[in-house]
Amino acid sequence: MVLIFAETWNGQFKKSTFEAVRYGAECAKAQGSQAIAVVVGSCEPLVETLGAYGAAKVIHLKGSDRFEPHAYATALSALAAELGATQIVLNGTANGKSMAGLLAAMAQAGCISNVTALPSSFSPLTVQRSAFSSKGIEQCSSQTACTVLVLVPNALGTGPAGSDQAAAEDRNVAFVGKTTPGAAHVASGKIPLPEAERVVSAGRGMKGPDHWGMVEELAAVLNAGTACSKPVSDIGWRPHSEHVGQTGIQINPQLYIAIGISGAIQHLAGVSGSKTIVVINNDPEAPFFKAADYGVVGDAFDVIPRLTAALKAHLN
Amino acid sequence: MKILVCISHVPDTTAKIQFTANGAALDPAGVQFVINPYDEFGLTKALQLKESQGGTVTVVTYGDASVEATLRKALAIGADDAVRLDGVPTDALQVASELATYADGQGYDLIICGQESIDYNGGIVPGALAAKLDVPFVNACIGLEISGSNATLLREMDGGKEELTATLPMVIGGKKGLVEESELRIPNMRGIMTARTKPLAVTALAGAAATTSALSFAKPAPKAAVQLIDASNLDELVRRLHEEAKVI
Ligand SMILES: Cc1cc2nc3c(=O)[nH]c(=O)nc-3n(C[C@H](O)[C@H](O)[C@H](O)COP(=O)(O)OP(=O)(O)OC[C@H]3O[C@@H](n4cnc5c(N)ncnc54)[C@H](O)[C@@H]3O)c2cc1C
Ligand SMILES: Cc1cc2nc3c(=O)[nH]c(=O)nc-3n(C[C@H](O)[C@H](O)[C@H](O)COP(=O)(O)OP(=O)(O)OC[C@H]3O[C@@H](n4cnc5c(N)ncnc54)[C@H](O)[C@@H]3O)c2cc1C
Repeated sequence: MVLIFAETWNGQFKKSTFEAVRYGAECAKAQGSQAIAVVVGSCEPLVETLGAYGAAKVIHLKGSDRFEPHAYATALSALAAELGATQIVLNGTANGKSMAGLLAAMAQAGCISNVTALPSSFSPLTVQRSAFSSKGIEQCSSQTACTVLVLVPNALGTGPAGSDQAAAEDRNVAFVGKTTPGAAHVASGKIPLPEAERVVSAGRGMKGPDHWGMVEELAAVLNAGTACSKPVSDIGWRPHSEHVGQTGIQINPQLYIAIGISGAIQHLAGVSGSKTIVVINNDPEAPFFKAADYGVVGDAFDVIPRLTAALKAHLN
Repeated sequence: MKILVCISHVPDTTAKIQFTANGAALDPAGVQFVINPYDEFGLTKALQLKESQGGTVTVVTYGDASVEATLRKALAIGADDAVRLDGVPTDALQVASELATYADGQGYDLIICGQESIDYNGGIVPGALAAKLDVPFVNACIGLEISGSNATLLREMDGGKEELTATLPMVIGGKKGLVEESELRIPNMRGIMTARTKPLAVTALAGAAATTSALSFAKPAPKAAVQLIDASNLDELVRRLHEEAKVI
């Protein structure tokens, strides 16, 4: 069977969870086995609804509302052993990545991360992944009975894979972690990277932190997350959590709009997996245009407000 | 405090990545190798902790002789001694097993890894190492204070950050924020000279097997030429994003 970690945040499924469940369901179908999702802690929607994404069953572990990598990995590896999982599917969120290595070691599983496609074979398990910061595409195979697969968010999409309600089973588990989580500071109303399907990103061309209002307005119209280049977060114009690129967050949104960013190789390395790239830059020679699908040569301060207005008109 | 910094030896971020003709492996010809950028933040943090609290900083890399230049650079930046686990790894769990075998029983209070190695982008070694050593683990660590055997940490999470506490020994997967970019150290002449005489031990492997293998590598398909849209006609951009790209 295929075990899927159905991550929640604030009692709701994360968007990437639907993608992970669907991925696990496709793996199960190809092997003639069953997809079982695991939800941990309080969850407002009925867990049975994961059936719409192909889960045959959902195991709801009660006993923890706070992510702790050791505790979660221990619970999942115990389930994987009990149920004889051949794959454990995680999404590449912050928590998924925190847990992947622990879980693989505990489950004596191989681990393939950065997965960007469904497996091409199940014996041995072979799957495509991204490597060298999107500069390479690797075909990787696993030699272990069970393999942990960590998906790149947004690589596959969340289309429904089933239609029935899943069976549900509640269990009480004693979660024992090794660290003690304290206060969490998560900006409310923001769309977290790397899950955002659309991202509006800006660089040094914005001249200063006071000019980000228009970037945020554009992002709001598109229901997009906001990101920035590395120097912008280094100077403190924007928080580090928005820094994308080879040494920042790596993203694969459907739409990436880059404004006043030159397109350095290290920046491209983290964003080139985006499906559609729009570049707005006043320098027609900016290297980013070579990596773009659509380009607008123009002054950011002139283009952004007008693009926001045009999008508003279109979306209404 | 005894600190171990695990260092991955990776192509420079500006390197053009090429694969061998049969696509079996990275072609290292013409590639400059450096300390993994995430590990540079960790190394700097380790040196700051040593300076404020006393102790030693050891750097370790699992790799063949080609990684010694990278280890020497870490020594020049200020690490006290280096260890090379002698072999060519092919898999993250194998790396974690060998690091765990080496570190087990050495009494390290703190093991600092990077959140990710920018070559194979696994992001697996640090957590697997913590599991094998059965010690606390914090990934995407962007803040670390140590007082006695208590650690106060900050980790990045989706859209924000979380405060944590833990008791040493522990493993972290660090990144920028652990120290700031401006605090990173560049080796100076004296550092480079003393690095030559600092110990670099070569240790035999325990023989951990790989759990995965890379079958082939390819470069992503090149993008089609950019479609330029006149800045005075942004409705056209919106139309193409809607009708052609279907992303809005
Ligand atoms: C080890 C290492 C790792 C790195 N990792 C990353 C990383 O992860 N992510 C990252 O982003 N960078 C990274 N970098 C930095 C990278 O090399 C570039 O320096 C950086 O991406 C440049 O940021 P920028 O495009 O915002 O600024 P600049 O290169 O200064 O570009 C500003 C752009 O804005 C344009 N512009 C100026 N005014 C306007 C205007 N009014 N309207 C429109 N356009 C305008 C200019 O034409 C220019 O193209 C890394 C570097 C190193 C050495
Ligand atoms: C000459 C040479 C050739 C190699 N060829 C291959 C290959 O063909 N395929 C392959 O998968 N790997 C190869 N490796 C190993 C590769 O560099 C990584 O060490 C390994 O694959 C783990 O990568 P990861 O992306 O999973 O690491 P991650 O889990 O992303 O690494 C996170 C952190 O773990 C630590 N770490 C990772 N690797 C090491 C290490 N080797 N020593 C010490 N600390 C480490 C660092 O702190 C790093 O920041 C080679 C290494 C060398 C030196």
